[in-house]
Amino acid sequence: MIVTGKGGVGKTTVSVALGMRAAAEGRRTIVCEVAAQENASRMFEHTTVGFHEVELEENLWAISIDPDESMREYVLLQLKVRAMRDMLFRSRIFNYLAAATPGLKELVTIGKIWELAQLDRKVKTGCKYDTVIVDAPATGHGVGFLQTPRTFANIARVGPIHSQAKTLDSFITDHENTGVAIVALPEEMPVNESAALEHDLVSEVGVAVDRVYLNGLYPERFSKEEAERLGELAATEDGAAKAAARAALSEWGRARSQRAQLARLRRRAQAPVKTLPFLFEPDLGPEAARRLSRRLT
Amino acid sequence: MKLSHPPLGELLEGKEVVICAGSGGVGKTTTSAAIAAGLAARGLKVCVLTIDPAKRLADSLGLEELGNDARRVDPALFKAQGIEMEGELWAMMLDPKATFDELIARQAPDEESRDRVLENPIYQQISGALAGSQEYMAMEKLFELHTEGDFDMLVLDTPPSRNALDFLEAPRRLTQFIEGKSLKVFMKPTGFAAKVAGRGATVALSVMKRIVGFDLIADLAEFFNAFSGMVDGFQARAKRVNKLLAAPSTCFLVVCGPQGEPIDEAVYFHRKLVEAKLPFGGVIVNKVHYPAEKLRGEAGDLPATLAEKLGDEDLAQRVAANFSDYQALAERDARNIEHLAREMRATGVIRVPYLDEDVHDLAGLAQINRYLFATGEERVAMAAGRA
Repeated sequence: MIVTGKGGVGKTTVSVALGMRAAAEGRRTIVCEVAAQENASRMFEHTTVGFHEVELEENLWAISIDPDESMREYVLLQLKVRAMRDMLFRSRIFNYLAAATPGLKELVTIGKIWELAQLDRKVKTGCKYDTVIVDAPATGHGVGFLQTPRTFANIARVGPIHSQAKTLDSFITDHENTGVAIVALPEEMPVNESAALEHDLVSEVGVAVDRVYLNGLYPERFSKEEAERLGELAATEDGAAKAAARAALSEWGRARSQRAQLARLRRRAQAPVKTLPFLFEPDLGPEAARRLSRRLT
Repeated sequence: MKLSHPPLGELLEGKEVVICAGSGGVGKTTTSAAIAAGLAARGLKVCVLTIDPAKRLADSLGLEELGNDARRVDPALFKAQGIEMEGELWAMMLDPKATFDELIARQAPDEESRDRVLENPIYQQISGALAGSQEYMAMEKLFELHTEGDFDMLVLDTPPSRNALDFLEAPRRLTQFIEGKSLKVFMKPTGFAAKVAGRGATVALSVMKRIVGFDLIADLAEFFNAFSGMVDGFQARAKRVNKLLAAPSTCFLVVCGPQGEPIDEAVYFHRKLVEAKLPFGGVIVNKVHYPAEKLRGEAGDLPATLAEKLGDEDLAQRVAANFSDYQALAERDARNIEHLAREMRATGVIRVPYLDEDVHDLAGLAQINRYLFATGEERVAMAAGRA
């Protein structure tokens, strides 16, 4: 399951929540972060997630996929001789090519995700996972990221890179086993972008978009009639009562405009739209993700 | 802690290039557009560029679409929002592929070299599709527009901050890539080059061929060969691009949100800018919940007060609960901003409140614009008018 969407929509929280959900259902699950964001480390305060599989809780693992480390691992798996790998990594030409070739980092990252998803793991010390959840890069970059294997398959017309890139492309576009979830926010532009992203992912990359999660939906705490009464209160009162009435009016206004955005998203998205509540918490930790995980279906 | 609020107009005095950087989802595009609009309103001829593949800038300026050429935004649109455009506002959405093609055409010594690159299959793949080429090209376009000198001010909206660092390294990486120096040396393992490269490198190359296949290496060599003759031009240009970024007439603004994560990224990015000796201007924190701080003492009996005023206990409870939720968010924001200000030694933190309305059109832009360009006192007064 690949989780994507524009920046700041809560992809990491949703990814962790999806992971918790799958783990709670008894599936061995790993949540992967890419591009060294380490956002999940932030969520689990006492655990540093690096380029190794860390068990967070029962059935739930996490890994932060570092492209350089993935490259080392990949080359070692290819060469099978550590000394040869080390020689290669010391050579100027290799380092030059590894740094200069655009998209290579993305390619080895996807390669690592593929490796994690195999039941016959190449990394013999690794677990076998039933579910792999990827906290993918933001919109725009997300499409480019998922297209990388095909691009490489086209560049290298024959040879090992070609066949491996093709394997990765088939892995990403395998509708049976790989799905994409888009995370959106209930605001005008994020809704537009999510709809556009879904279109690009389906028509250009060819992946299956299974779900759109509308994250951060405010509760409807007040009715229209109540809002009118609060409006009067805000106009006539002073002090805390006025401030509280204004805060309530802001909440009412936002909740209402968010419902309109939800309706727009439902009209524009092809995949089913699920909503997730806004969490009034200063900092989102594992408990917040756990509560969200109970809302996921 | 008292935060200084420099008016943005003052901060940008004498600047020619403004680069807005920050993590995703913090309102960078809207901020870029609002800054450009504000400067245009004050009489400058401004162009705002985005390399964001999503059409956010076009959306927020009310334009149908933006092309690789600058388009002027109709001043009547702003007049309708009460903003008189004394200058001109232009906008551009960068097409990385087209920009790369233009660059090749400009740098190629002759038509044959140009076509050899443009028709190379590797070039065709990397120039458009792969992640990373956008950053290279944004830089290029910025430099081109600055050199042409048609605008008083250029405002650039960059991709999210981890990429914004790629962005800073773009000119160097581009030159290194185009050079393909090491690879060409190894592809011709005869003569002087081979003697310099030595035996170890030949072994490395043969190992690499085993991993990636000989054809790919040969294709890459052809690709780099196609670029020969352009290398010097690219290098010289990259140097000038770097010079522009570091010039005192350039200003980097970091845009972020008040949550922990965007604040940490802003701190990180600020540090990187300082390390790279690039001209940092300030930080804009969007969507800040303003607290009614003075009222915290009274909040204890708030439900009772509200129940009395409203004559509805249930509603009063909900209003009070909602208020305390907002207060908690406001306190978090204040804490995070204090941390940010401390990290940056309190230079130039501009706060924009979380507005009741979703900001996505010119009306919202005009509102943001008023906050950005207000003086400290005006901003506090405006915030006090809200919750």
